[in-house]
Amino acid sequence: MLDLVWLIPALPLVGFLLLVAFGRRLGDPLAGYLATGMVGASFVAGLIVFAGLVDRPTEERYFIQTLFEWIAVGNFRVDVGFLVDPLSMTMVLFITGIATLIHLYAVGYMKGDEKFSKFFVYLNLFVFSMLMLVLGDNLLLTFLGWEGVGACSYFLISFWFTEDANASAGKKAFVTNRIGDWGFMVATFLTFTAIGSIRYADILSRAPGLAAVTATGIALLLFVGACGKSAQLPLYVWLPDAMAGPTPVSALIHAATMVTAGVYLLVRMSPVLEASYTWAPQIVAWVGGLTALFAATIAVAQNDIKKVLAYSTVSQLGYLFLSIGLGGYVPAIFHTVTHAFFKALLFLAAGSVIHGMHHEQDMRRFGGLWKLLPVTAVTFIIGWLAIAGVPPFAGFWSKDEILAYAWQENKVLWVIGLVTALLTAFYMSRQVFLTFFGRYRFGDPSNEELNEAWDAKVAAEEAKVEAAMADVAAAREALSVAVAKVADAEAAVTKAGDAAAEAKAKADAVSPADLDAARAAVAAAGDDKNAKKAADKALKELEKAAKDAEKALTAVTKAEAGVVTAREAVTQAEAAVNAAEQEVTAAKERVTTVTAQAGRGRPTSAVVPLLAAPDDADVADFLPHEVAHRREYHPHESPWQMTLPLMVLAIGAMVAGALNLPFASSTHFLEKWLEPSLFGGETHLDLGGGALWVLAIVAVVLGLVGIAAAAAVYLRGQGDRSAIEQPILAKGWGVDGAYAAFFGGPGRRFADLAAAFDRIVVDGAVNGVATFVRESSVELRKTQSGFIRNYALGISIGAVALLGLMLSKAAF
Amino acid sequence: MLLAVDFPPEVTASWYLVLGAVLFTIGAVGLMVRRNPLVMFMCVELMLNAVNLTFVSFARALGDLGGQVVVFFVMVVAAAEVVVGLAIVVAVLRRRPGLTADDIAMLKG
Repeated sequence: MLDLVWLIPALPLVGFLLLVAFGRRLGDPLAGYLATGMVGASFVAGLIVFAGLVDRPTEERYFIQTLFEWIAVGNFRVDVGFLVDPLSMTMVLFITGIATLIHLYAVGYMKGDEKFSKFFVYLNLFVFSMLMLVLGDNLLLTFLGWEGVGACSYFLISFWFTEDANASAGKKAFVTNRIGDWGFMVATFLTFTAIGSIRYADILSRAPGLAAVTATGIALLLFVGACGKSAQLPLYVWLPDAMAGPTPVSALIHAATMVTAGVYLLVRMSPVLEASYTWAPQIVAWVGGLTALFAATIAVAQNDIKKVLAYSTVSQLGYLFLSIGLGGYVPAIFHTVTHAFFKALLFLAAGSVIHGMHHEQDMRRFGGLWKLLPVTAVTFIIGWLAIAGVPPFAGFWSKDEILAYAWQENKVLWVIGLVTALLTAFYMSRQVFLTFFGRYRFGDPSNEELNEAWDAKVAAEEAKVEAAMADVAAAREALSVAVAKVADAEAAVTKAGDAAAEAKAKADAVSPADLDAARAAVAAAGDDKNAKKAADKALKELEKAAKDAEKALTAVTKAEAGVVTAREAVTQAEAAVNAAEQEVTAAKERVTTVTAQAGRGRPTSAVVPLLAAPDDADVADFLPHEVAHRREYHPHESPWQMTLPLMVLAIGAMVAGALNLPFASSTHFLEKWLEPSLFGGETHLDLGGGALWVLAIVAVVLGLVGIAAAAAVYLRGQGDRSAIEQPILAKGWGVDGAYAAFFGGPGRRFADLAAAFDRIVVDGAVNGVATFVRESSVELRKTQSGFIRNYALGISIGAVALLGLMLSKAAF
Repeated sequence: MLLAVDFPPEVTASWYLVLGAVLFTIGAVGLMVRRNPLVMFMCVELMLNAVNLTFVSFARALGDLGGQVVVFFVMVVAAAEVVVGLAIVVAVLRRRPGLTADDIAMLKG
């Protein structure tokens, strides 16, 4: 049955090749099911090999299958061969098992993505590489898998590479890992020099004979490699950025499997670690412990649901190295397995939340989701209890064992581990409470949106002031027109008055006596035609003058009436101006009021209210459209392809602790199982049952304190949460910025210097030789004159010179 | 003393050697100063045969047949050279009559 081991990596490889060839034609979702099936078959093959291994007596659980000779140079010989032992089979089983679930999940998660089949191409290639890493029977084959998973990680982090940030995150992961890979390579060279072989079989049997200084060198260089791949200080910076990839990738590669490669490598090479100076494992333990604490503090202040889990992963990996450094290889592998279960579960559940919430990742926008996403919520809560170390979930058993080792070996590290456990419980509870409990906050306007709304409102009021001021200007215009009209009317009155006076003077000149005289004259004229005519004329003139005077008087009266009208119009216009001015004043007052209101209503602190609804009643009409869209959005539970893996993993996160129960030596299943792979190098717990109980109770109480603290702050709103979520923590202690400043400044200058050296000295030497040859050949060319007789002369001179030389030699 | 030799003097190997050297020098100088390809060709022949003469003289003087054997080789080579060389010279001259060796300098570097 053990002969089937080649099938384990071969099946994902076949899946990869099939998908490369036919993936696009299979499409969504068949390509995904094919990939899932291949990894699932690989898991079944793993189970068969596992059964074969269990079937053997403990001391014979060691099997090497050599497929073919790969490289043979001198006495350097590398085969492609698989090493089957309890350690590699443990890794194989959880890698293929969890990968199968995540593949299935990805079928649901990636549905509708235009690069659907390509995603599964990478995933299958990743599983193949990971299996080569753990199954390889020599360091080079492990390195092949090591680089393979690194490449797949790069492809998948920048899977949505059209966004610049994703592509940069991929590059960051790749470049950071190069530092670690350098350590791995040099360790391999050193191993070959010291031992003469890079096969694990040879290394492990000859490691105890190594000089301590060589063993220390190898162990520390391997640890450099592990630091890169497993995201330890100071090379952890790529892992939080790796969350740019699709969530199944974060779960599979950046939480459950690839990042444990460093742990596997150190456990695999544990005899070398044992052969080195005692301070070498101490360094491993301290780096692990500090990473655990450091990353946990950062996780407390993150708002991105995946970033919290990313820093949590870094922190948990720190636990693993802490354990390895203290010689606790079994707890390290135990915690690797349980962590794979619950962290994959947490990531997948987070992905389910993101999927259901329209790709929103900010936890401040969640809240109260347990009603809307029940399966996700229940499974996430199981994962939370597991990582927070609540018994009897898986994380409790494995973390407690690590803490027990720390207690036995190094009390300071034990305290660091305990504080980390407290912080872990706190930030994970914070995440659960923010996401699944409390008020549903998806429709809340963010600070920016609130500010935007207030800006809109103030701008609207200010526009009203502008309009009122325009009204005033128009009223003033009308007023000046009216005033001009009054002047015109008054001028008309004066004119009419003058005319009236003239007419009156004329009329006055005609006295009534004259009229009577004229009338008498008319009467007197009698029959005398001429006299009558003249008398009529005079009478008419007199009557006309009288009439004119009357008319002029009427005109004066009319003009005076016009003046009155015009004055009334002026009064009205003045009233209008006043009214408009009042409107301006009122509008200005309103602006002041609204501005003051805005001053009060604008979000004052960056801390978004979680418990109380944000105060947006005053600006309800001015909120951006996105808020309305969000308010209309209804979160939905994910399809079965996503919830089924969640449920399976949740069961794993509940019961995986049973792998290694501390009650009696007979329940240390994992420890007994792994024993043949560790060559007796591991440290054994030497604590009595009482001490274990006390340690467990201390850890559980601290975990519960963390949960209770988070509940007080995030559920009941006690205390100031901005005091906890320090900006410096949110920025990850500014490490990224410091790296950027260093490599952008002095590092950049050093690189420029090296580039200048390369350009001037190295390239200069190469180009100089070429230039010299070219220049000298240009000169030498001239001797090729093409004249035969010149050549003949040359030959003759040469012959004579040779002759002379020979003669002189003969003579002396 | 050269002047004190008997008359008629005895013909020794050095006579032949001197003759060979003189012929060789004539050939070499001729090759360098003349421009007619045919004449240059003849100069080469002259040099070859001067060497042949020297070989035979030494073979006779030293009683070693090796020198004479080499002469045969030289003659064969000379014959081959004449076949190829003359063919080239005749072909070139046919295309461009009155050509000198300095005119065919196309292989100038």
